[in-house]
Amino acid sequence: MITAATLSGLTGAILVGLGLYGLIADPRPLRKILAFNILGSGVFLVFGIIARRGAAAGFPADPVPQAMVITGIVVAFAASALAIAILLRLVSETGRASLRPDTPGAAQTPGD
Amino acid sequence: MSGALDLFSIAAISVGGFFFLAGTVGLLRFPDPLCRLHALTKVDNLGLGFIVLGLIARSDGVFGALKLVAIWALVQLAGATSAQLIARAIRRKEQIGAKSAGGSPAA
Amino acid sequence: MNALGAVDLGLALLVLAIAGWTIAAREAFAAIVGYVAYGLLLSIVWARLFAVDVAMTEAAIGGGVTGVLLISAAARLRQAQTAEDERPTLPLRLMAAALSALAAIALGAVILSLPEPGPSLAPLAAKNLAATGVGNPITAVLIAFRSFDTLLEKVVLLLAIIGVWSLAPDRYWGGAPIAPRAARPVGALTFLAQLVAPIGVVVGVHMVWVGADEPGGAFQGGAILAAMWMIVMMARLSEAPPVGAPWLRAALVAGPAVFLIAGASGAVTSGAFFALPQAFAKPLILIIEAFMTLSIAVTLPMLVAGPPRRAPL
Repeated sequence: MITAATLSGLTGAILVGLGLYGLIADPRPLRKILAFNILGSGVFLVFGIIARRGAAAGFPADPVPQAMVITGIVVAFAASALAIAILLRLVSETGRASLRPDTPGAAQTPGD
Repeated sequence: MSGALDLFSIAAISVGGFFFLAGTVGLLRFPDPLCRLHALTKVDNLGLGFIVLGLIARSDGVFGALKLVAIWALVQLAGATSAQLIARAIRRKEQIGAKSAGGSPAA
Repeated sequence: MNALGAVDLGLALLVLAIAGWTIAAREAFAAIVGYVAYGLLLSIVWARLFAVDVAMTEAAIGGGVTGVLLISAAARLRQAQTAEDERPTLPLRLMAAALSALAAIALGAVILSLPEPGPSLAPLAAKNLAATGVGNPITAVLIAFRSFDTLLEKVVLLLAIIGVWSLAPDRYWGGAPIAPRAARPVGALTFLAQLVAPIGVVVGVHMVWVGADEPGGAFQGGAILAAMWMIVMMARLSEAPPVGAPWLRAALVAGPAVFLIAGASGAVTSGAFFALPQAFAKPLILIIEAFMTLSIAVTLPMLVAGPPRRAPL
């Protein structure tokens, strides 16, 4: 019998797989950021079932992993915001949303 | 007494669930965006309304019930505004489409 | 299988289906809408794991604020050429799929072989909860037991802001970013912002206040306050401040600074860094939370607004 917590953990494991595939196989940078977020939320879910399995002392779930996930969600958001700012700057420099190094137009040197 | 309240809760939440189901079918099956929007707003209003009604019967105290009503009211406000914005975007798109179909360049 | 088990299974399948759709969707806009729905569904999964605090954070930040960030980025990328033609070849994609499946299977196998019963810090947290004076164990972990983590996490937010701002071209340095907003004022949106912002501020502060004893806290309340500021800017009732504004910088560092001062004073009064004196533990925690809320409420919208895009006045 699979418990609700184990089911969520397996969901998290598949989410990690889906996110990892999107991160590797999709060349579009914005979609890589999306996939990275899905990967991250899968990892958070695995944390969540560790918390749920640690239910003790009258708490329905261990508070320590939960607190870590809360800070993790905020850090994932900050990382996404930084990644998107870098992406938008890249596009404004090269006119192209691509991570390929030999993109036409990328050769221009930034003036300082 | 509590048995009657439970029955009322179950009935109201089931009705709410039915509206959500109907609205989701509408969202998936209706042909054009405005019809889909119509289905969606109806569901937000009635479906959530009945679910909140059912939950109020189970809430502990007046404050909890008021919070539930506040959630419903805020969802109404957000739903109505986003429906308005989406409809506006659809209309603008149609106008641009009609203009360019008529031969004049879209501004 | 009982009814609740069926709900859990259906929820898990729905989350996976929407995640798969988000990865596979052709249009960026469709993928982002999928991601927002995914975030909201995931918060139901969190509620089912009895992690209400996490559910609220996931819905507010994972779904809401990240959604605004991604949609505004997609709108600005619409003109750019996409890298669609740079898709890896089929064998490479198959290899990536195999690798990803392997990672998922390995992780799944680990989850199925976790020790029974699971190790837990809950008894330790419960034993020391009374010393902090707060009733919500997660708030106690965040601000007292593992305060160092939370402080560093606040510093990460600051570093992210510095990183985002430093991407501005030189001529815009010290100027104001342009937050996501309607192209021109729209009556419905203006009405929503005027009506909802005051209510949202009350709800956000309420969430921080009750967070001492019930689900809620600085992160969830701060995210709601941030959302209210974002709605006001979206409706064009207000504009993002210039990044050089002293009040903005003070608000950004207020949370970590107060946190650090409290930690350092612990080193003097109680003999250990971050050891809060027990008599003042609860008021200190509330003061730290208040300033953290302020910093979060200002940091999130500024991260969404991005680097300065206007020359300083």
